[in-house]
Amino acid sequence: MNESPVVDQEAMQEPPTRMVAIDAVESASPILIEDVTVAYHRRPVLWNIDYQAPSGKLIAIVGPNGSGKTTLIKAALDLVPRAAGQVLFFGEPYGQQRHRVGYVPQRTSVDWDFPVSALDVVAMGMYRKIGWLRPVSRKYREAAKQALDRVGMVDFANRQINQLSGGQQQRVFLARALAQNANLYFMDEPFAGVDAATERAIVDILRQLRESGKTVIAVHHDLQTVHEYFDEVVLLNMRLIAAGPTADVFTPDNLRKTYGGKLALLDQLGEKMAQPRSR
Amino acid sequence: MCDSSLLAVDSLWELFARAISLRDYNTRVVLGGTTMLGISGGLVGTFLVLRKRALAADVVSHAALPGIAVAFLLAERLAPGSGRSTSVLLFGAFASGLLGMAMTLAIRRWTRIKEDAALAIVLGLFFGLGMALFTVVQRTKTGNAAGLSNFIFGKAASMVASDVWLIGVVSVVIAMLCCGVFKEFSLLCFDEEFAAARGYRTMLLDWLLTLMAVTVTLIGLQSVGLLLVVALLLIPPTAARFWTNDLKVMSWLAAAIGGVSCAGGVVLSAAFPKLAAGAVIVLSGAGLFVVSLVFGKERGLWPKWSLQHQFEQRIGRSDLLRACYELLEPIHGSRETTQESLTKYEIDDLELLAMRQWPSGRFQKLVSSAVRERLLETNSTGGYQLTLRGAAEARDAVRRHRLWEIYLLTQTDLDPRLVDRGADGIEHVLDPQQLADLERQLDSHLPQGIPPSPHPIAGAAIN
Amino acid sequence: MSLFAPLQTWTSLDTWIILIGALAAMACALPGCFLLLRRQSLMGDAISHTSLLGIVAAFFVSHWLVEANVISPATELSVRHVAMCLGAAIVGVLSAWMTESLQKFGNVESSAALGVVFTSLFALGLLLIRAVADDVHIDPDCVLYGAIEMAPLETVGASGIPRAVFVTGVVLVINLLLTVMLFKELRLSAFDPALATTQGIPAHVMHYGLMGVTAMTLVAAFESVGSILVIAMLIIPPATAYLLTDRLPRMIGLSLLIAALSSVLGHVSALTLPTMIAESVGIPDVHDASTAGMMAAAAGFLFVSAMLLGPKYGLVSRVWHRLLLRLRIASEDVLGGLYRFEESAAASADVSLATERAAWLRSLTTQSWLTRLATWVLLRRRWLIGSGSDVQLTDAGREAARTLVRSHRLWESFLAKHFVLGTGRFHESAEQVEHFLDPALLAELDQDLDRPGVDPHGRAIPN
Repeated sequence: MNESPVVDQEAMQEPPTRMVAIDAVESASPILIEDVTVAYHRRPVLWNIDYQAPSGKLIAIVGPNGSGKTTLIKAALDLVPRAAGQVLFFGEPYGQQRHRVGYVPQRTSVDWDFPVSALDVVAMGMYRKIGWLRPVSRKYREAAKQALDRVGMVDFANRQINQLSGGQQQRVFLARALAQNANLYFMDEPFAGVDAATERAIVDILRQLRESGKTVIAVHHDLQTVHEYFDEVVLLNMRLIAAGPTADVFTPDNLRKTYGGKLALLDQLGEKMAQPRSR
Repeated sequence: MCDSSLLAVDSLWELFARAISLRDYNTRVVLGGTTMLGISGGLVGTFLVLRKRALAADVVSHAALPGIAVAFLLAERLAPGSGRSTSVLLFGAFASGLLGMAMTLAIRRWTRIKEDAALAIVLGLFFGLGMALFTVVQRTKTGNAAGLSNFIFGKAASMVASDVWLIGVVSVVIAMLCCGVFKEFSLLCFDEEFAAARGYRTMLLDWLLTLMAVTVTLIGLQSVGLLLVVALLLIPPTAARFWTNDLKVMSWLAAAIGGVSCAGGVVLSAAFPKLAAGAVIVLSGAGLFVVSLVFGKERGLWPKWSLQHQFEQRIGRSDLLRACYELLEPIHGSRETTQESLTKYEIDDLELLAMRQWPSGRFQKLVSSAVRERLLETNSTGGYQLTLRGAAEARDAVRRHRLWEIYLLTQTDLDPRLVDRGADGIEHVLDPQQLADLERQLDSHLPQGIPPSPHPIAGAAIN
Repeated sequence: MSLFAPLQTWTSLDTWIILIGALAAMACALPGCFLLLRRQSLMGDAISHTSLLGIVAAFFVSHWLVEANVISPATELSVRHVAMCLGAAIVGVLSAWMTESLQKFGNVESSAALGVVFTSLFALGLLLIRAVADDVHIDPDCVLYGAIEMAPLETVGASGIPRAVFVTGVVLVINLLLTVMLFKELRLSAFDPALATTQGIPAHVMHYGLMGVTAMTLVAAFESVGSILVIAMLIIPPATAYLLTDRLPRMIGLSLLIAALSSVLGHVSALTLPTMIAESVGIPDVHDASTAGMMAAAAGFLFVSAMLLGPKYGLVSRVWHRLLLRLRIASEDVLGGLYRFEESAAASADVSLATERAAWLRSLTTQSWLTRLATWVLLRRRWLIGSGSDVQLTDAGREAARTLVRSHRLWESFLAKHFVLGTGRFHESAEQVEHFLDPALLAELDQDLDRPGVDPHGRAIPN
């Protein structure tokens, strides 16, 4: 306790310097997640997540089922409410930076019986640019075709989407994200349930995106391929376990922490927070 | 019953008194039958709602319409005069209601149309067909007087004793059946696959439930009308759900709510003949629903809100007391704090304010409520001092907080920077048992009494 | 001839009825397309019930305005119409909002929430209407059934054009304009609300906007055609179109066409069918049925026809294609079997082989009807000659069989090269796959395997 004044001096000085540091890099950082907590029915599923993504990297979010990977993405994109914390995209709230952020949802999240063609779906990525009340003109249809071409799907442009295989559907989603021409992409399990050819095609596209300075954050399940595909890893299990370059962070020790059972007490307490009367 | 007696009574009050005191035999009968209907509706509805199928009952009731008309026409053709028999009409309703159900199943099974649209299609088709047939009925000689339109809006008062007996008996049978297969139904609703794996014939159970729902819907047609009968199966269980998480309690509560709203509706509409029984029954159910929505013990809005509020109050209080403690802690130096020693020092509210980042306006509220609860007291110089009780609670809060922090640090490999914030949320839900567990787990790391903070305390530097 | 006898008295009234019906149906089908795709079909049904409350409220307001001398009785009617549309739109949006809030704050499952809201609000509307029916002259029956037969009688000025044509026509034009202008926004927010929001098209605004437009359409149509027709036309034509095409613009166009067609079919059958059916079962004096009801029934008839006969998703075509496929597989199995016997016979002079072949052929004819049919088809095509259990491959047949056996054995080789399976397993897989390998794939297989001469069982692969 005698030392406390010295330590406290640091404590006093540290926050401002940290703030300055953040301000300096904010303009460059595609996403800054600060102290984000998300709760479903008062039960926290993500606790105090802090993360700042580097620009121009392929980043994997890795963690066991129910660890809040999809929730983190949705919370960042205001698709689920945050109980606490803030998220900044390129230094600004999401509302002002929507056009620079692309989202590729899980394939199961849409109705594939919907009467649209692959080309229609891709064009949907450009609606913001086209603007309200205006039809999709030839120019945008061409752009959509080009995006389809980049994922090797141009021959299927006029197919109804339920006549595509799982991998092809995923590629259409990817083409839509390309058409959005965002600077930061979120992808929810882009490799789930796709064939080997599609997986290769997706990886190629991801690398092209990185070449052109885009940042991709993907929820990823396959631990085998993390090293090969991604530059950065975020290990998540309700809490942020570790984050950083794949080589440093994707270690057996960290993985054990991530997958070694949920933090039992944390889980139990989350349960209690959902029902505060129990005390 | 009321239309005829209306002339005999000279005031509305007398009419009301007659209805309330159940002086009329007919009112008593209708009341009994309709209440039974409400009870069985609540019971069957519980399972239907849990299987997310409640709106199927709406489709069944609409689909019954062409069946009623066809039954009437056929019966009149075969034996003139028999078309008005309730059992004949109900039989027709039953057949076409089931046909409607079968058609929704067929549409879902064989086309890519989703369930909601399948229901809407069958509803529209059968209702339209039914209306067309009704106009045909009305143009026959006997049709006009047949009172078939009572099936649409419902008219409990027009029911004769034999109708009511039919309704009552069927309701009792359904309710008993429901109790008989309660266990199987709960399994079906909770985990269909598990039920199938346990060797239950889920198909059979499902059909039994459907059949029971169809039956309740159809016997309710006369009193509530086909446009609203779905409410009998839907509102009571949905209202009951707010009060309990126990299926058994829920189904009995649903039965009670159903019975009460039906009885209320019958009595009210007997007292005020202008009020249509069906609408009043549904609205009394809706009233009970709103009450449940607001006050329901398990999922109601008010209990949820007040628990949340209390929780936040508690957190605020212990945050405040902890801040007091941490402000006073350096003054004690390396000495152990005691309850008494903590009460001796004055606390400056500006220093206290600097201890944490309080949300704006919250600090003042917390301090004044702490003073009100005699945890803090103002002294002669205008500063604050902890009371004995406040000091005890402060020590308790600090101990809780620090134990949890140390646990997080030593057991979960967390980044130390995150520890304080993480502990903030959780410490408040630790119960004595868990605290004891924590102490046991941390045995080797712990000094006696209140452990020192594992990290520097922000704000303390002002001292 | 008697079927069309009633049509000889066709008047301009009938033409107007059809036109009004068609306009109303088309106006409803437009928002219906999007309700169907958003899986909110029942929402339209619910809104059509709850808007009764809006209608009643509008009556109150206009009545009150006249009483208070704000407007003259002469303008009351037009004020009332505007108020009705607005009132219905407000109640429609309100009921959508209440449903969503119940889901969100009360954790009530979506269909149950919808049911509770619409039955309660409808009951309230019904009660109010009954309570004030003496004062404001509105008849719930009229709102419900509509009086499309009467609609042409009320004309605008001296033009002789029914007012209902104007009302429904204006609504149709508004809905068409909205659909065309907001086409891509409506489509995206129905397909992927999350993306819509990120693209600057707030999904909830679109949701409530659609609900409001639906409610206004319904009320405008109610007045002239009644709610039955409206409920049916909202979902049935779009669902029918959905079964016929995979493109949204085409689906919308088709649903308009189907809506109009239902109107024509409905009115014609309302005039003709009831008489015929009633006469045939011996009920006299029936000359027509409710046109609105028959229009709904006609839409349902078109739906069932599409469900059965649709070119791509129709049940008949799917069953037919499956039958054709099974027939092809069966005939290819016959060809392959004969080819293998020829092959074995060429390799060895074993006598038992001939008896084995005869036994196999005999079993063919006693096997399933499909195999018998397949043999018959092969004989007709002259790929086989002979009769009964004594058949031989022709040259053309042998050529086809060779390709088949080649497919089979190449596939087996492919599996053997790339997978570790028991040899027995190759055959099973190849039995199924052989029917689906096209020449391009065969060439690729051939290349992959470096043009093998024999399969894993050591048998030659024919060229």
